[in-house]
Amino acid sequence: MPIWRGYDFHMTLFLSKRIAIGILTLLVASVIVFSIMEILPGDPARIMLGMNATPEALAALREQMGLNVPLLERYVNWVTGMAVGDFGNSYTYRSPVIDLIAERAVVSLPLAVISLVLSTVIAIPVGIFAAARRGRMGDTVSMGTAQVGVAIPNFWFALLLIYVFAVWLRLVPAGGFPGWAGGIWPGVKALILPAIALALPQAAILARVTRSAMLEVLGEDYIRTARAKGMPRRYVLWRHALRNAMIPVLTILGLQFAFLLAGTIIIENVFYLPGLGRLVFQAITQRDLIVVEGVVMLLVASVVLVNILVDIAYAMVDPRLRARA
Amino acid sequence: MSLLEIESLRLSIGNFEILKGVDLHIDQGEVLGLVGESGSGKSMTALTLMRLLPELAQTSGRVTFDGIDILNAPEAAMNKLRGDDIGMVFQEPMTALNPVKTIGEQVAEGIRWHTGANRRDAEDRARAMLDRVGLPEVKFPLSRYPHELSGGQRQRVVIAIACALEPKLLVADEPTTALDVVLQAQILELLRDLVDERRMGLLLISHDLAVVADMADRVTIMRHGEVMDAGETGRILTEKAHPYTRQLAEASTHVPERVSRFIPPPLTPPHKGEGDVDVEGARGRWRYPTLLEIRDVTRDYAGRRRSLFSKPEPFRAVRGVSFDLHEGQSMALVGRSGCGKSTLARMILALDRPTSGSIRFGGEELTTKSEADLRPSRRNMQVVFQDPYGSFNPRHKVERLVAEPLHLLESQPSRSDRRERVAQALGEVGLSAADMDKYPHEFSGGQRQRLSIARALITRPKLIVADEPVSALDVSIRAQVLDLFADLNQRLGVAYLFITHDLAVARAITDQVMVMHEGEIVERGDTGAVLDDPQSEAGKMLVAASPDLDRALARRRAANA
Repeated sequence: MPIWRGYDFHMTLFLSKRIAIGILTLLVASVIVFSIMEILPGDPARIMLGMNATPEALAALREQMGLNVPLLERYVNWVTGMAVGDFGNSYTYRSPVIDLIAERAVVSLPLAVISLVLSTVIAIPVGIFAAARRGRMGDTVSMGTAQVGVAIPNFWFALLLIYVFAVWLRLVPAGGFPGWAGGIWPGVKALILPAIALALPQAAILARVTRSAMLEVLGEDYIRTARAKGMPRRYVLWRHALRNAMIPVLTILGLQFAFLLAGTIIIENVFYLPGLGRLVFQAITQRDLIVVEGVVMLLVASVVLVNILVDIAYAMVDPRLRARA
Repeated sequence: MSLLEIESLRLSIGNFEILKGVDLHIDQGEVLGLVGESGSGKSMTALTLMRLLPELAQTSGRVTFDGIDILNAPEAAMNKLRGDDIGMVFQEPMTALNPVKTIGEQVAEGIRWHTGANRRDAEDRARAMLDRVGLPEVKFPLSRYPHELSGGQRQRVVIAIACALEPKLLVADEPTTALDVVLQAQILELLRDLVDERRMGLLLISHDLAVVADMADRVTIMRHGEVMDAGETGRILTEKAHPYTRQLAEASTHVPERVSRFIPPPLTPPHKGEGDVDVEGARGRWRYPTLLEIRDVTRDYAGRRRSLFSKPEPFRAVRGVSFDLHEGQSMALVGRSGCGKSTLARMILALDRPTSGSIRFGGEELTTKSEADLRPSRRNMQVVFQDPYGSFNPRHKVERLVAEPLHLLESQPSRSDRRERVAQALGEVGLSAADMDKYPHEFSGGQRQRLSIARALITRPKLIVADEPVSALDVSIRAQVLDLFADLNQRLGVAYLFITHDLAVARAITDQVMVMHEGEIVERGDTGAVLDDPQSEAGKMLVAASPDLDRALARRRAANA
């Protein structure tokens, strides 16, 4: 059945509403990010020039960096700049922030996507499997494993992975990133361990959510109707229960994306990956405010985007949400 | 050899014995009514023959369908049987269909699975079946989703699924219990036609003797997992040889003894102005003062927007309703589901405000009052809901639950005073003061409904609004609860507004009836007069559709004679 059968102006309205809310979220986030950075102590000009700088040099640099204009004006300049892709210039790298971000995004974006895909393709089948064998051996074992997965800190798991696969088996490099210039394979090889380390706890949570969502759906009356129609158990599980169980799973998936991004900061440091997480980490220690602000806004934007995608996915899964939109 | 034969069927889950040797049989083209109260094991009997029991269920005995030993058949054989030779219709149409699949998919699915037909052919057959159950293509294309259909329409889809492959046996487990009487009559007629047309056997499970008397060739009456009485419908229900059969029959036609505290008002057509009514007529004057005055009450809800450019059309749920209710009067508000009766009740209880019109309670206008100013009025009107299971917090003790409305009082009673009031309220509904320290799960359904009545009584209200207060109860418990309502009206002079689609309830305990249809009160009068000889179309339809044991048996006798 074509999912877009219900396509009509409601869907357009629904989408425009979601996008408007997304833009509003971004604006609110920009105000918060900007104010926090302003409130924090420390003068970026002084940090750049060191403790022995002359007042004249400081004033000149402040002027050059646009730190002397009033607060509101600075905020407006920053936001309008970002809207056209100008994130300003880094204080420490002395190059456009957008270039820094672009350079790092080619590492972080594939990392995030690989781990999201990985956690989904592991978690959903495991959750379905456990639900189908509720209370039996397979359920106990897979949910026990998931429990361990939730409890293990990802950086520790990352170290374990490095020890086993890089140090001992020498299958993949222990850290660093060769870039994509040398072909896809070396790049993927460098990202596979960090992606697994990121995906594991996510997959564990997602598997548990999938299991409980499936169990709830399997108790519904319409499952009994389908069984009374003569549909075998397995068919009912995949064709009737799964799509209904996807709604809570999608919600968690959307929320997890934000945690995934936060997780990259730690994991990129463990694996020495030159990604956005490391960039923001270094920028914070160097009080490179404009880089921090830029990267944080980018992360906020990607979370907003993912949540819009999740909302669209909801509408695709559930005709009632299409109608209510 | 019968189509279905069940011999000394036993079923237990854990240590709990649910069926203790059930015997029944159904022939081709025959309708068997399986009657019993909740917990009698009638649904479990149906699930056994579908082999859709809970995992831990243990069975013994023999179930033979069309020569197949059901209890020992392999799962693959059962999959072949279900939906093909045995179809099943369930009680709750609102949840019986998969919300993310179109009705076409859901009907065609079984056809494709069992016959191996391609999508097109299966959809053609699904279309024909939906046409047959009264869902024509123009209004109900295959691409409709369940949420776009009403309860009655959904039940038709479920019947279409069950009958799509012309099963030899149809199992219908309380197929009309969740529907209003008019829909019930339509669905029962559809089932009867399908059975006649296709020579199906029908196992009709119901707690309603009147429905069974109307439909079934034979009845089997169950209690506590055992068959009490069985035989030809007319004979069993007329002779009532078995004491339990007699008990059920009496309970289902039970009318509490009560005298109207209230001299019937003159019969007035609806929507007449004050000047039109000749109150000083032959029938005397009101004996009691007016408690509730409703004038031209209308409630609109925002409709659904059809396009970006057109304004949404409001949906008018209640249209210009006016009536009076007097102290001590018992009034029924009857109508089909969706007629606006619950919306009206919510406005009377000040849980919702009318779009226009006036509601005066004890002389005070409710519609303009703030929430704080409503408290004295709220104390004087309480509500009893349909579901005695859902309306109590399971973690609170009875004392706290029943005492809940006391926060509406001006001054809060002391702890001992509170316990005393709770004890008194419990006494009034026939429970004991010792029940105060129990939790809701320790009570049966009927006792819980008594608890909710006690909760409603504790503030000594002048009006109790009861929304289908007995429709979730078994017939014998329901008779007791109706007695209780009647008794409280007599002793305490509480006025009632009974919202129901069940005319038997209206007849049992009300002085007057108002018939509501599409948001309007279309008929009003003394209960007996309206129910015996309704004047409005809506009233006639309700009366004609209401199952009635005596009428059904009379019809049966006439048909046999």
